[in-house]
Amino acid sequence: MSEINGKTLESQTKSSVFRRRVFGHQGVMIGAAIVLAAVLIALSAPLIAPHDPYYQDLLNRLVPPVWDSRGSWEHILGTDHLGRDYLSRLIYGARISLLIGVGAALISGLIGTVLGVAAGYFGGRVDMVVTFMITVRLSMPVVLVALAVVAIVGGSLQVVIMVLGFLLWDRFAVVMRSSTLQIRSMDYVAAAQAVGCSTTRILTTEIMPNVVNNLIVIATLEIAHAIILEAALSFLGLGVQPPLPSWGLMVSEGKDMMLFEPWLITIPGVALFLLVLAINLLGDGARDITAPENRN
Amino acid sequence: MAELMIDAKDVTRNFTISRGMFRGKQQLKAVNGVDLTVERGEVLALVGESGCGKTTLAKVLLGLLPQTSGTVELCGQPINDVPRLALARTIQPIFQDPYSSLNPRKTIGSIIALPMKVQGIADQDSMRRRVEETMDLVGLPPRLYDAFPNQLSGGQRQRVAIARALVNRPQIVVCDEPTSALDVSVQSQILNLLNDLRNELNLTYIIISHNLAVVEHIATRVAVMYLGRIVEIADTDTLFKDPQHPYTRALLDSVLTPDPNMGIPNNQLGASYPNPIDPPTGCSFHPRCVNAMPHCATVAPNGKADGGHYVECHLYDDAS
Repeated sequence: MSEINGKTLESQTKSSVFRRRVFGHQGVMIGAAIVLAAVLIALSAPLIAPHDPYYQDLLNRLVPPVWDSRGSWEHILGTDHLGRDYLSRLIYGARISLLIGVGAALISGLIGTVLGVAAGYFGGRVDMVVTFMITVRLSMPVVLVALAVVAIVGGSLQVVIMVLGFLLWDRFAVVMRSSTLQIRSMDYVAAAQAVGCSTTRILTTEIMPNVVNNLIVIATLEIAHAIILEAALSFLGLGVQPPLPSWGLMVSEGKDMMLFEPWLITIPGVALFLLVLAINLLGDGARDITAPENRN
Repeated sequence: MAELMIDAKDVTRNFTISRGMFRGKQQLKAVNGVDLTVERGEVLALVGESGCGKTTLAKVLLGLLPQTSGTVELCGQPINDVPRLALARTIQPIFQDPYSSLNPRKTIGSIIALPMKVQGIADQDSMRRRVEETMDLVGLPPRLYDAFPNQLSGGQRQRVAIARALVNRPQIVVCDEPTSALDVSVQSQILNLLNDLRNELNLTYIIISHNLAVVEHIATRVAVMYLGRIVEIADTDTLFKDPQHPYTRALLDSVLTPDPNMGIPNNQLGASYPNPIDPPTGCSFHPRCVNAMPHCATVAPNGKADGGHYVECHLYDDAS
């Protein structure tokens, strides 16, 4: 390697190694494609939805999808029991699912990271308190607590995001605590202390950059978790309230007609399955790519 | 009389060990009543086996751990009164493992610039100039400025760690086993570098090591630690020629020779290292000492200083 080109060569190889690792990982590619598609669909919902998702056409109730002999291109995925276009509801439902997934993961990520990093870095009493809080949190069944809170406060999009956000931070806290413990014992943290760095500076420039890849992996898993929980709560009638087009709610509304109009359940079910699978693939891939044993 | 850089008196550092919920807590005396002075320009080596408190003592001197009792004066000022940043300008560490002492997410340039950034004394341009000057001083090529630690060899990493310690021109550098994680061929380079820097920048070193060859090569004075106490201090020549404490003799005897036919030396130490939570009574070395006398088990020896040669053993007690 020549002296002059040394710098650019090194940085090129670094980024190209990263690119090769991302593009060579099938799971990441599939997951990223589906998630990207879902995000684009959610963002451009008003542009691509063929109908108003709230418009009820009682004369055209329960029209089957286009592949059925009774279906038509007017309603590609058919209509529900109130004659609302199923494709449009599915497209708008992607907004709800992603919003809840990302919102809940952001709130729980913030809580879990603060608690976990504080416990791992300061240790002692702080660690004891945080570990106790994690234990308390783990001893509460998520669905049961969510049901109770929603039953008391009333279900709405905001309430579901808040409830899930305040219930899903345990994994963040556990993982952040252990990775902070590990980084904290490194000599570069002691060196930063000896150099006179403030605690804030050590946490933000020495600890956080070294634990952030774990954070990303956990965040993707928790987004998927939150989406599933939202669907479950909505299915039970305690999540997002009608007429909002949530996928879980669509399954719930279709369950009475499950035996005769099965697409009412399978379509939102498959959408949920694909989105959660894609996010999990992405998270798994992120872990593989950033794992140290993969590093040269 | 040379200027006193470090003056530690009766320094003790305890750790509280919890023995389970109902069995209460116990004190582990990692450093137990150490008196130590270091003059400007000196290279003081701290030697002793693993677990004898060398690193804890170094951390106390660096201000990373507060002492439980006793006083440490740094350039005539009590260490607990010195502001954090002023302390960082005076005394800096170099750690043992260069693979753990550099943040893998930062470039070499920003690792070396960190001490200056924290002090907030320089602008971007002069900081970069100063970093490149220091990299040159420790023998790092300037093209590594934007490299990451994983692109460097062990020797280069240790040079980066030295550059980070020296960039603010401290007066005292505490090296915790600066060469033990390096290849033998690189060890001598780093030691020579440390020696050159000492002359060039008028540094005072405290070097922790259990490699006696390193100590003989670089140190001007040697302190031998055993179970949290300094049992013997002397000039390097005196200590290697005329070791007085039985433990020092055992340490010197334990050095391996390059000739494999000589076998492993018998240092007569026999029994394993005592449990520091529950140290032996009297002289803490007596269970392993070849010269142990009956009263060694009951009476702790008083130190005896003969010129610059301090030793803590009943063999040299006037009273016995």
